[in-house]
Amino acid sequence: MTFAQPKMTARDVSVFYGPKQAVKSVTIDVPTDEVTAFIGPSGCGKSTFLRTLNRMNDTIPAARVEGQIALDGEDIYSAGMDVVQLRARVGMVFQKPNPFPKSIFENVAYGPRIHGLARHKSDLEAIVQRSLKRAGLWDEVKDRLSDSGTALSGGQQQRLCIARAIAVDPEVILMDEPCSALDPIATARIEELIAELRGNYAIVIVTHNMQQAARVSQRTAFFHLGQLVEYDATDTIFTAPKEARTKDYITGRYG
Amino acid sequence: MNPLALLFLVLGLGLIAWLSARARAIALDRGGAQLHSRPRQHATYVALWTVVPALIFAAIWAALSPSLVTASVLADPAAAVLPAGGFERDSILAEARSLALGRGYGAFYDESEALAPVFAQAQSFYRWIGAGIVVLLAVAGAAYALSRITPLFRARAQVERGVMLALLVASLIAILTTLGIFLSLVFESARFFAIVPVTDFLFGTTWSPQVISQRDPGASLGAVPLFWGTFFIGAVIAMIVAIPLGLMSAVYLTQYAHPRVRRWVKPCLEILAGVPTVVYGYFAALTVGPAIRQIAVALGMPYASSESALSAGLVMGVMIIPFVSSMADDSIAAVPTAMRDGSLAMGATTNETIRRVLLPAALPGVVAGILLAVSRAIGETMIVVMAASGAATITLNPFESATTVTKQIVDLLTGEAEFDSAKTLAAFALGLTLFVITFLLNIVALRVVKRYREAYE
Ligand SMILES: Nc1ncnc2c1ncn2[C@@H]1O[C@H](COP(=O)(O)OP(=O)(O)OP(=O)(O)O)[C@@H](O)[C@H]1O
Ligand SMILES: [Mg+2]
Repeated sequence: MTFAQPKMTARDVSVFYGPKQAVKSVTIDVPTDEVTAFIGPSGCGKSTFLRTLNRMNDTIPAARVEGQIALDGEDIYSAGMDVVQLRARVGMVFQKPNPFPKSIFENVAYGPRIHGLARHKSDLEAIVQRSLKRAGLWDEVKDRLSDSGTALSGGQQQRLCIARAIAVDPEVILMDEPCSALDPIATARIEELIAELRGNYAIVIVTHNMQQAARVSQRTAFFHLGQLVEYDATDTIFTAPKEARTKDYITGRYG
Repeated sequence: MNPLALLFLVLGLGLIAWLSARARAIALDRGGAQLHSRPRQHATYVALWTVVPALIFAAIWAALSPSLVTASVLADPAAAVLPAGGFERDSILAEARSLALGRGYGAFYDESEALAPVFAQAQSFYRWIGAGIVVLLAVAGAAYALSRITPLFRARAQVERGVMLALLVASLIAILTTLGIFLSLVFESARFFAIVPVTDFLFGTTWSPQVISQRDPGASLGAVPLFWGTFFIGAVIAMIVAIPLGLMSAVYLTQYAHPRVRRWVKPCLEILAGVPTVVYGYFAALTVGPAIRQIAVALGMPYASSESALSAGLVMGVMIIPFVSSMADDSIAAVPTAMRDGSLAMGATTNETIRRVLLPAALPGVVAGILLAVSRAIGETMIVVMAASGAATITLNPFESATTVTKQIVDLLTGEAEFDSAKTLAAFALGLTLFVITFLLNIVALRVVKRYREAYE
């Protein structure tokens, strides 16, 4: 499925870990200002494909990526691409909350500092405050910004990581099972947050939770054995999937 | 009976006990009884009872019997020829003992020739008694244990307890040895401090053990120059070399090196740790020392010594590199990859990630590694014995000579002074001080490491 104005495009993308192929010739467009969900059974290559979108696979020595991926039409695997710049534009939130062992303030200020986004201390404070507010964490932490980020609860830590990611004003946010380590209440908070963030960023979320995909996303892609089986509006995928494999998966025939 | 033969005899009895206990348990099993433990466990239980008490007694007897032998020799009428006491009496007894064992090379004292047969007799008497008791104990142990074999007997749990006890004893031996070393240091140091006031020793700034005044021995036994030299060489110069090089190689190896490079470089670094310290010592004394002297001369210090603090410190630093780097390597590797990925995903470069995330997170481990390295450096002996000077000076100039606590201990103990002079006893006081300092450093380091481990679990 393609759009008139996609944010990111992937054409025939394959990923290999050594001799083993984990993603097979995936072609997909990620829309601007919408939430896209990746679903599929464990080991089908969702995370691997997600990580190609900000070149995090570069950090795995054995990984090799083929095909073309573009951000706003610009090939992100071309020799001229600055990976540092790319990752500032395409942020990422991980499965397990991974705040740095620094203060809450320093966690959020990390990106703006390394990218030189704030000229003065007051600018930096404004960025930190804005990001924490957007991540829905400000009221809980405003009185203890100098406490360690690792001292927060798991759900708060994950929102801190989201605040950290949006502090550098990315265009795309990739989330790899951001709620799988959280309880239902913290999960609900993150889902609300995704709904609020939608419209400002292109969001791609990997999830194992069908209801979550249905609740937060507008588009859903179903992966199976490294292939993109079906990609459509979330409503369509969950009510009238075209592929038998998709239908089997969402009805729980296999997982 | 010769000790080796006795050992084999006991082990043989153990084997017989093992076999018969197993046979007995199997017979019970065949007889239809529901055995609590396997026959093999019964067998082990009985074998332990056969061998262990007998061998423990043998060890105690070996320690005890020489004095029993001497006592009985002295009680013999033949001992009347001995002089009343002192050095000569001890020498005669020692010589008679060697003669009795067939180790003498001709006698120096006539009396010892006369005593030797008495000695030999007493020795063989006590040896046979000992051997008899050992065998008796083995048989008694076997009989007792065999009598306990019943279907309900929990041999398995008993064996478990026996093994646990053996392990406990093994660890106690290490602890008790350390304690013994410490106590002997304390004891000798106490004798030293009876002669020299503690304050003179700890705060005095003159160290010249060659000339010790009888009236005021403390005046020339002030250890501050040694403490300073030790600190200067081991904790300053050596660390200036070891910390940056060790850290940087750890960072390179964990973060940048291709796995293939790492496979080669890491063992090479570890070889550095395996080089005997004497080798470092003569490298420092023969190669580095003279080179540094030439540099110093070129820098306008015509009387520079080739036994400078710098040469010993530099080489010691190189020796310490593997310690710092492997501790740093471990603690950087212990930082979860999620931290690194989180930082990289923010668009940080590898270098920024290391400086801003990995090193701060690994800092406690790194610091602990450095403390351990310092404690090793200040206890290091061979390099300074060979390359540092004996002159105790307090200096900030690395080209000047400086001496260390360990070097002085060696010098003090290798002279031909009497064993209880202030000079020799000073070595123990120095040893005690060193022991306390390294002990504290180690405790602090281990604490830090522990706290750090907890933070990631
Ligand atoms: N670093 C790696 N090295 C080698 N193989 C890998 C690596 N990471 C993933 N793989 C393999 O690639 C395949 C896809 O893995 P991936 O993590 O992308 O799956 P996933 O869809 O995210 O699964 P899950 O839902 O369990 O997270 C799997 O077969 C996995 O074993
Ligand atoms: Mg995954």
